[in-house]
Amino acid sequence: MTPRTKPPDAFSPGETPTFEVSARESLRDSQLRRNLGKATQTIRRKRAVAVEELPDWEELREAGRALKERTLRHLDTYLLQLEESVTRAGGVVHWARDADEANRIVAGIAKEKGADEVVKVKSIATDETKLNEHLESEGIHAFETDLAELIIQLAGENSSHILVPAIHKNRAEIRELFLRELDVEDLSDEPKDLTNAARLYLRKKFLNAKVGVSGANFAVAETGTISVVESEGNGRMCTTLPPVLVTLMGIEKIIPRWRDFEVFMQLLPRSSTAERMNPYTSFWTGVSGEAGDGPQEFHLVLLDNGRTDVLADEIGRQTLNCIRCSACLNVCPVYERTGGHAYNSVYPGPIGAILTPQLVGIGKPGPDSLPYASSLCGACYQVCPVKINIPEVLVHLRGRVVRHKQDGGTLRQRLDPENVAMQAMAKTFSDPKLYENAQGLARVGQWPFARGGKIGSLPGRLAGWTAVRDLKPVPKQSFREWWKEERG
Amino acid sequence: MRVALFITCFNDTLFPETGRATVEVLERLGHEVAFPEAQTCCGQMHFNTGYQREAIPLVRRFVEIFEPYDAVVAPSGSCVGMVRDLYPMAADLAEDPDLARRVDELAPKVFELSEFLAKRLGVTDVGAYYPHRVTYHPTCHSLRMLKVGEAPLELLRNVRGIDLVPLGEAEQCCGFGGTFAVKNAETSAAMLGDKIRRVLDTEAEVCAAGDNSCLMHIGGGLRRLQAGVETVHLAEILASGASEER
Repeated sequence: MTPRTKPPDAFSPGETPTFEVSARESLRDSQLRRNLGKATQTIRRKRAVAVEELPDWEELREAGRALKERTLRHLDTYLLQLEESVTRAGGVVHWARDADEANRIVAGIAKEKGADEVVKVKSIATDETKLNEHLESEGIHAFETDLAELIIQLAGENSSHILVPAIHKNRAEIRELFLRELDVEDLSDEPKDLTNAARLYLRKKFLNAKVGVSGANFAVAETGTISVVESEGNGRMCTTLPPVLVTLMGIEKIIPRWRDFEVFMQLLPRSSTAERMNPYTSFWTGVSGEAGDGPQEFHLVLLDNGRTDVLADEIGRQTLNCIRCSACLNVCPVYERTGGHAYNSVYPGPIGAILTPQLVGIGKPGPDSLPYASSLCGACYQVCPVKINIPEVLVHLRGRVVRHKQDGGTLRQRLDPENVAMQAMAKTFSDPKLYENAQGLARVGQWPFARGGKIGSLPGRLAGWTAVRDLKPVPKQSFREWWKEERG
Repeated sequence: MRVALFITCFNDTLFPETGRATVEVLERLGHEVAFPEAQTCCGQMHFNTGYQREAIPLVRRFVEIFEPYDAVVAPSGSCVGMVRDLYPMAADLAEDPDLARRVDELAPKVFELSEFLAKRLGVTDVGAYYPHRVTYHPTCHSLRMLKVGEAPLELLRNVRGIDLVPLGEAEQCCGFGGTFAVKNAETSAAMLGDKIRRVLDTEAEVCAAGDNSCLMHIGGGLRRLQAGVETVHLAEILASGASEER
C-alpha cells in the first residue's frame, strides 16, 4: 500500500473549522458516541483504581509538577547539557526552529542514506510538523508502526486521541479496514487475529527499513538518554532494527536527571493506561557501538515550533509540563461526546484545547475556538499527573482571544454582537441603578417569548438554549425588591 | 458575626425564592443578615468568556462592597468559585498590587451556603422538613473548585421526611458551563441528555443542587420533556417546613 496523507488540521496551512462546527458532525455519529463512551468510561474507572493504590499519589503529582516547572525555568541550560551528553555518546543533535526546519533535517538524513521508506513510531511531534507529508513530497514513504497509528494511516484519518489514536474505531471497523488494505484473505474481528495481521505486515517493514523515526517521552539532560514508553514492542523494533535512528522531540520533553524517572515512571503509566508499569519502556544513549544491537547512527532533532512562545506566557507555560498521558481526555465530558476529530488538531481534548492555540498563535478562527470547547468543569485538572491547571489556562486563553480581537480587530470585529452585548452588560453591572432598570426591562422584554409560564423559543444566538431546554421567565419581583419591601 | 448575603445577579433576577430561603436559613440559626444593596454581578460571565478587562471594574466593586463583613455567603458555588479562584488572576491582570492584597484578604471569607453552614458554622441539621424523593447533583465548581465535599449531602441527610437517593455518575458535568451552553449548544445538550438520564433513573421528584445556573439548564431540559421532575435549590429545601416542625 502507499501511505495516505491525513486530512489538514490546525498545524497545516490554511484555516480549519471551529470546534462548534466540527463537534456538530461528530455528535451525530452514533457509532463514534458508542465507541468513545465505552472506551473512556472503562479507562476512567481503571485509572481511578490504579491511582488509588499509591498512598503518595498527591505527593508524586506535586513532585512531577515541581520537576517540570524547574526544568522549564532553566530550559536553556538543560538543553545545552543534553546536546553535550548526546554528542558525547556518539549522537548528532540538530536544532529546529519550526516544522519546516525539522522536516528538512529528517528528510535530509533519509535521502543521504538512500532510503525511500522509513518506519515511524510514537511521535505526535512529527504529526505536528507534518513530517509524513513532507517525506512523501520528497519521494519517501513513512510507515507508521504503532498499531493504532497504522490503523488511522491506512484509513487516511487523523488521530483522535493522544494515546489511543484509533479510539474512535471498534474492532469490526478495523477488520474491514485490514481486509481492504493489508492484502489478507480471511480475518476475524478477534483482537488476536487483527494484531497478527498487523504484525505480519509490519515485520517486513522493520527488517527492510534503513531509517527509523521516533518521538520521545523523555530525554535526560545529564546522560543524553532518550526514552520511549509503549505497549506493543513495535517502538522497540523501530528504535533498534534500522541502522539509522532519528528522534524528533519537542524541547519541553527534557528531564534533568536519570533519577527523575522515579517520579515520571510512576505518574505516566497509571495516568495513561491505568497500568502499574507499561509493557515496553526503551532507553537508549547515543549509538550502539561496534558489536551491539541497535542503530549505528543516531540523530536527535530538538523542535521549538512555538514552544518558546508558550514559555513566555506566565500562565500558559504550565501547558509545557504535559507528559502526554491523556488522562485529561479520558475524563473530559466534552471529549467523551465529540471525540478528538472535532478539535482539528494533533492534540485533542482539554490539553489540546490549551496547547494548540498557544503553539499556532492566537488569531485563527479554528484554534481560537478551542479554549471555548469546555464547560470549565475541572475534571481534567483533578487527574493531571503534573498538575496543569487546565481550566485556569482555558480562561486565560479566552482572555487572550478576546483581547486580540478587540485590540487588533477590524470595525467588524468590534461590532461583533457578543462584544457589543458584553460591553453593554459590563456598563450595566457597574451601576446598581442601571442594573435595576435592566432587571425591569428583562421582565418587560420577555413578553413576546413567554408562553404558559415558560420561554420555549428565543431568537439569534440564544436559540441554542431553547433548542433543547425551556427557559423560566423572569419573575415579577426580584430579590432586591423583596428585600426593600420587607426589610428596607 | 456580620454576615453579608451575596445574592448573585442570576439569583437576584431569576430565582429570588432562593435568596429568600438563604436569608430564612441564616436567620433561623441566629445570624443577622445584611444585604449590601450596591452589589450587582461578580463578573464571572465576563471573565470566563474572555471579557476580562471588562470584569476588572466589577471585581473592584465587589471587593469594596463586601470587605467590611466577617463572612460573605452566596447560594452559588460557581460565583463563589469566581471570587476565590479567579479574582487573584483578575487582580494580576489589572496590575494592581493593592487590589491583589485586598482580594487575598477577602477571598477566604467568601463562602458557598452549604460550606458556610457545615464547615464554617459546623451546623449540619438546620431543622428542615421536606417530605419528597430527592436526588442531588453536586455541581462542578462546588465539587472541584471549592471542594465542599460532603457538606451539602450531610445537610440533606438531616432533613426530616426526605427520601434522598444517590445520583449515578453524579460528578459528571451537566453541560451548563455558562456561555458554553450557548456557544457549544449541541455539545452542552449531549451532556445534558446523559445527566437527565441519570436523574430519571433515580425516580426522584426533585433534583437539587447548590447552583441555580446548573439547575436552570437541567430543569429546562426536564420541563421540555415533561419529565415530571422539579429542580429545587438546596437553600429552599433547607428553609422548608421548619415552622411546622418546631
